[in-house]
Amino acid sequence: MSLSPDMFELVKSQVSSDAIARPSTTLWQDAWRRFKKNKLAMLGLAVLGILVFFSFCGPLLSQFNYFTNNLDDLYASPSWLHPFGTDDLGRDIMTRIMYGGRISLEIGLVSVIINLVLGVFYGGISGYFGGRVDNIMMRIIDIIYSVPDLIYVILLMVVLGQGGLINIMIVLGIVNWMAMARIVRGQILALREQEYVLAARTLGANTKRLLLKHLIPNTIGPIIVTVALQIPAAIFMEAFLSFIGIGIMPPLASWGSMASAGRLSIPSHPNALLFPAMAIAITMLAFNFVGDGLRDAFDPKMRK
Amino acid sequence: MVKYLIQRIASSFLVLFLVISLTFVLMHAIPGGPFSSEKVLPDAVKANIEERYHLNDPLSKQYVDYLTNIAHFDLGPTFRYAGRTVNDLIKDGMPKTAMVGLLATIIGIGGGLILGTIAALGQNKTPDIVATVLSTIGISVPSFVIATLFQYYLGYKTGWFPPVGFGELKQLVLPALALSAYPVAQVTRLMRTSMLDVLSQDYIRTARAKGIPSYLIITRHAMRNALLPVITYLGPFFAYILTGNFVVEYVFNIPGIGQFFVTSIQNRDYPTIMGITILFCTLLVVFNLLVDIAYTLVDPRIKLTTQKGA
Repeated sequence: MSLSPDMFELVKSQVSSDAIARPSTTLWQDAWRRFKKNKLAMLGLAVLGILVFFSFCGPLLSQFNYFTNNLDDLYASPSWLHPFGTDDLGRDIMTRIMYGGRISLEIGLVSVIINLVLGVFYGGISGYFGGRVDNIMMRIIDIIYSVPDLIYVILLMVVLGQGGLINIMIVLGIVNWMAMARIVRGQILALREQEYVLAARTLGANTKRLLLKHLIPNTIGPIIVTVALQIPAAIFMEAFLSFIGIGIMPPLASWGSMASAGRLSIPSHPNALLFPAMAIAITMLAFNFVGDGLRDAFDPKMRK
Repeated sequence: MVKYLIQRIASSFLVLFLVISLTFVLMHAIPGGPFSSEKVLPDAVKANIEERYHLNDPLSKQYVDYLTNIAHFDLGPTFRYAGRTVNDLIKDGMPKTAMVGLLATIIGIGGGLILGTIAALGQNKTPDIVATVLSTIGISVPSFVIATLFQYYLGYKTGWFPPVGFGELKQLVLPALALSAYPVAQVTRLMRTSMLDVLSQDYIRTARAKGIPSYLIITRHAMRNALLPVITYLGPFFAYILTGNFVVEYVFNIPGIGQFFVTSIQNRDYPTIMGITILFCTLLVVFNLLVDIAYTLVDPRIKLTTQKGA
């Protein structure tokens, strides 16, 4: 068989061989794709969704409120009217858990936003300037870190005076930022030296582009993971504060204050302790599952 | 090594000095004097009280006095227990706190290591699931709830252990168990991951290939290396044992330092709050130093050097 030129067709390259053939996935699409595969994390996310709905929409549907005492119906057992029973002043426990959830979630969120701002700012400066500035700023953190945060929280709460939602949020916010600052600083410091940053710089990227396109997106993963794990820590800490009597003050409800009030009636009416405690435990678990899932999703290298 | 130690000790003193100053500033930043929360006192009585506790001195003098006293290990008088000093309280409470803490430490580390190892050996099988569930509960339930449940179900209802008080050895069991719930959970998780990590290493396979019985492989070869990450956790572990005592002593009514601390917070007894804060920080700083030294002894690869930069 002989070959003639008309049997061949010239391959025209439609795409330049340098370009990536597949559409690039963004950081978020990538993380979400991995996150979806993690069953526990998805369960945690669903539980959190339910909790948010329960806490923020639940009170609208409930016929009770969190503060009205009903002295005719003290310590009611769970029933259709009061699914979780009533407490020592005849208040509906389920409604109080809804309001308490609002407060606990708000405390978690607001305090994390405060420590996010402080931590990113402090860590960012420390990591960006490096050298001496970094050294001094990190020594300061080391010193603050060597005392348990619980002790700071207690001291600050004693100084600010009792209770008060705002006080608790502020105190928990300004106590927990060191961990965030360390993580942000470590990330920025490590990323600054990476080859791809050097490459981008060599190709003529300016500082703004470097920061926005290269440094910050790569720091966001660890920041989100830290946030997801600090929210439950703040909720836990609030429960402790309420337990030793410097947290949320009655008639306001938080899960911690309800559990610690319910503690006293455990022999006869364990539901006053068990339901708020379960609310705390479920929230802790959900946030931790989501946090672990996020960590795996954003940083597959750390997966164990 | 010597240079590192000297530097660490110097920085520990700096930390303590800052902690003392900070607590002093905080406790004096509270609006109103420590006695103004009570019913209005006659001026003469108030003046007497202020004289007695040197509250009428200028702040700078109070500060210098306080520092001097601390240098002599004197934490000053308490405001609420007439005639007693903070030192007295600490002397009373410390042995009790230390006993509960020690037992909790033993249970915490021992239990965590065993559970973690068992979980790693039976990865994804029943023991692993049981250990994971237990450690998840330990991490997600507040300590005061755990302590209350232990007290009620293991103490009051079943009568296995005395539910409150301090004195007999038996009375230590429940508080120590409650205190160690959270650290056991943490150590279990740490030990499980680090054990899994070690078990997949080549030298373990080599040891297996040489026909060494598996209990020897686990105890001699695997556990030793798996312990390293756990040792780094000892600092936070100890901090937790100290602060966790606030809750446990309060629930089980043990007159230890933790209970004094909680009551002093509720009573706004500032010298006691300051004194116990300083005591705890000192203990922690010393302990962290010991952990760092222990780390080099266990792992010959790590050398203590003066750290530069990060």
